[in-house]
Amino acid sequence: MTTLLNVDNVSKTFAMGGVLSRKTTAAVQDASFSLAAEKPEIFTIIGESGSGKTTLARMILGLETPTTGSITFRGKPVGGATKAERMAFMSAVQPVFQNPFEAFNPLKQIDRYLESTARTFLGLKDRTAVDAAMDGALQKVGLSLAEVKGRYPHEMSGGQLQRAAIARALIPNPPLLIADEPVSMVDASLRMSIVNLLKALRDDFGVSVIYITHDLATAYYISNRLIIMQRGRIVEMGDARTVLENPEHPYSRLLKASVLSTEDAGDGKLATNPDMVALATRLATAPGGQLVSRPDGRLVRVYEGAA
Amino acid sequence: MTLAQDNKPRDILTVEGLKAYYQMSYFGVDREVRAVDDITMTVRRNEIYGIAGESSSGKTSFIKVLAAALRPPFRVVAGSVKYDFASGPVDVANATDAQIEAIRWRHLSYIMQGSMSVLNPVRRIGRTFEDFAARPLGLRGKAFEDRVVSHLEKLKLPADVLRAYPHELSGGMRQRVTIGLATVCRPEFIIADEPTTALDVVVQKEVLSLIRDVQQEMGSSVVFVTHDMSVHANMADRVGIIYAGRLVEEGPTRQMFFAPKHPYTAHLVASLPRIGDTTQRPALEGRPPSLASPPSGCRFHPRCPLAIDKCKTDVPPLETVAPDHRTACWRWQDVKPLVAPHAAHGVPA
Repeated sequence: MTTLLNVDNVSKTFAMGGVLSRKTTAAVQDASFSLAAEKPEIFTIIGESGSGKTTLARMILGLETPTTGSITFRGKPVGGATKAERMAFMSAVQPVFQNPFEAFNPLKQIDRYLESTARTFLGLKDRTAVDAAMDGALQKVGLSLAEVKGRYPHEMSGGQLQRAAIARALIPNPPLLIADEPVSMVDASLRMSIVNLLKALRDDFGVSVIYITHDLATAYYISNRLIIMQRGRIVEMGDARTVLENPEHPYSRLLKASVLSTEDAGDGKLATNPDMVALATRLATAPGGQLVSRPDGRLVRVYEGAA
Repeated sequence: MTLAQDNKPRDILTVEGLKAYYQMSYFGVDREVRAVDDITMTVRRNEIYGIAGESSSGKTSFIKVLAAALRPPFRVVAGSVKYDFASGPVDVANATDAQIEAIRWRHLSYIMQGSMSVLNPVRRIGRTFEDFAARPLGLRGKAFEDRVVSHLEKLKLPADVLRAYPHELSGGMRQRVTIGLATVCRPEFIIADEPTTALDVVVQKEVLSLIRDVQQEMGSSVVFVTHDMSVHANMADRVGIIYAGRLVEEGPTRQMFFAPKHPYTAHLVASLPRIGDTTQRPALEGRPPSLASPPSGCRFHPRCPLAIDKCKTDVPPLETVAPDHRTACWRWQDVKPLVAPHAAHGVPA
């Protein structure tokens, strides 16, 4: 069994304030997990804003350097030391961003993005080969080159555009996609088409996906494993179904209790138990704590002296 | 509820045959975008009315008309929007600026989307409150501040926020400040446009329950707009669905979720994933239609699984199919909920 991605005790601190200020913020503290190369999976990172989930994703993409710890992709540090290594890494790990309308330049036709990706990462020179690579990637996401060619971002719906963004990421045939909140800016009626697409990429094309979200319901729907992050710390990690059906850490429980359900539509149940909020808030700043494994395979952070 | 209120008519807002278009004429070329096309509906006193629809469905245009905040080239072409306020009835579709000025904030208020861009970043919150509310309330100095502070207490905000700048507050607190701005004059009618879309799950729930508490305490009516059906499930008394500028279905919240009578509503409800259920969710193909050239007949027919030839040519009327429940579909009797209610139940929380 070989590892695809290994995140080993990674922390990231940012300095805050001016030159004289010594204040630092720990965006990610001591995160560790790994993805296996043989078994493609959807690995979900759940957290609220400020939980460090995007910082973690940026470190995996090599856009930020960890303060301590290391991240390796197929045994080599992410990012790559030389230009050739960097290009090889970039073609294997591709990002999909939150807002498709911001990810594309409004004055540039969409196929030009796809084309430059195909030329840079696949080294294609021949027109027909470039078109074939673009069409192949677009077919995977349910679009075709004929639909996309010559069109500008404003001519497509949010769902189509996000699918085009995923198609662009798929051109170099990456084994790993990093999707940072890919559905939060997409309309309700189109959201499931993106989520189903990520699922199909895993099942049909063997692509592993790191899916970053704050939406527990879609996380439950598509992911294999997940981690829940609170203020930079992993508080619970394990099989998605096991954890979400019966979360153990108080913060995970609070997140689950805050999901709006439609089961009692019209009854207007909105109150959150204030004790749950207080406990989860207290643990956010509680010192230390350790991830302890449980018989069902999950890891939960427990704190010394705290209940 | 007091006796005086019982004698008032049940509806605070009556919209009749409202058509509002964006009309542009450049270099002799006329272009018309029919953002609101023949909407008739009412909002009752002390009720939360949810409006759902995706982007470019015309829902924001519709509430711009309700809020009397429309600017050319967006114009009301036909119909009326009548409010029945304590100060007297007003038809905001045909009112003068002075009439609208008289009701704004005091009777008709608006909670805006994106609290970061609503609050002036270089003005302290207290100054923003003065700008908004000092004139409608007719208070100044200490009396005004006391009134604001006591109102903020209800929203669980400390008085210190009045001296803070917007960037010093968290997203949830900023959103509570904008709710405070919209409600400090105790308006009878509040329009809330996606007030929680940018918030995290835990904060979102807090803000939603706050809006409802304030609404119930003041006895106001709220029109609540969001594309998130799970928010409607927990907030609204009644829900109306807007598709391509038209109201396609309207009914009590529970019925909309468990017995929808329009295929679009059925789809919206069925596509919501739930914890404890991993069955494949259907995705609706196609894209929302352009309002500049909407499809003929029923505007949903190109994406509708139930479409027949009649749907391509004839516009279905919005007809009453059950008490309080109206739908615009030729085949409403064939619409089945795509997810059985009992399947929604997963493992208890």
